[in-house]
Amino acid sequence: MRVATSQKSHPVRTEQIILFRASNQIFAISSASVQEVRSVDSLAGAAVEVSEATLAKVRHVIQRGDRNLYVVNAPLHFGLRPTPAALIFLLRKSRVALLVDGIEKMTTMSRLQALPGAFCHEERAWYRGLTVLDQNVIPVVNPSGFLTPDELALLDAVTSHKNLPQASGVTQPEFTV
Amino acid sequence: MTWTDQLDSCSCVLLRLGERRFALAADQVAELAAPSRVFRFAHKTPGIDGVILRRGRVVPVCDIAEQLTGRKLTHRRFYLIASRRQQDGADWVALPVSGECELIQSDLTPASPSDSPHVSAWLSHQGEVIEVLNLYALTPGSPAPANVRSAKPALPEVHA
Repeated sequence: MRVATSQKSHPVRTEQIILFRASNQIFAISSASVQEVRSVDSLAGAAVEVSEATLAKVRHVIQRGDRNLYVVNAPLHFGLRPTPAALIFLLRKSRVALLVDGIEKMTTMSRLQALPGAFCHEERAWYRGLTVLDQNVIPVVNPSGFLTPDELALLDAVTSHKNLPQASGVTQPEFTV
Repeated sequence: MTWTDQLDSCSCVLLRLGERRFALAADQVAELAAPSRVFRFAHKTPGIDGVILRRGRVVPVCDIAEQLTGRKLTHRRFYLIASRRQQDGADWVALPVSGECELIQSDLTPASPSDSPHVSAWLSHQGEVIEVLNLYALTPGSPAPANVRSAKPALPEVHA
């Protein structure tokens, strides 16, 4: 009788990611956390302006179903120079939509390194960690790090009196992930 | 005899930042690396230039020259890779240095309360009195101040 070998090769766990540009810098986000990618133009009629001085990175809100989606400008969130955005990521299970310059590519990562302890400010909430792709270090964003519960509550209060048009089905999304 | 056999509590690495020399406890030094590409991404921590890749690890680059000499290094000859003990293990930082480093053995004089926080001890080498650096006071993301004191290198018996 042949005994099955006890040595099992552990498959490398990979995660599909989207590399996107914001203010000419490359970031990665898990594909699983992006529900839809739309062009900015496709949501132009559905977005309503928000003016909250303490949250400059949020300038628009979109109503989807019974929820408000707050549009976060990615460059402003990361403290970068604002650039014209072309795409908007609607995040899965989130009330955040993310304005980005464009998509670089979709790829997979096999290793996520923790952010080194020397990084000790807001970036600890911004990033899940760092990954190395083609000898480049890419920060992998934390989808829940764009708006805190307090910021969402503030935006809800600011927009509570606004009559928002429904955004779903305005146009076809660029693609769904 | 290997390099590590020579280490003891008063082994230090001398490093050069511009015109001045400083020392770091040898047990905090992992290696001396040639300059390599610095990768930069958005962050808000002052004092971090970017990160380098070293043996598959992402290592933040902390230029401590400005804090110690008042000016940034214009010429980086090496990165001194230093390790900091953290609650969840060791953490590496890359310190740009402007010249060769040297492993020496020396008697250390403890820092006094009036010394700057970045000084953990003093040593005398070739007629020069040199600060032994407290890495935790110079680099961001260090443990809480209560733990910093215990993180200083163990000092040998003091010789007057």
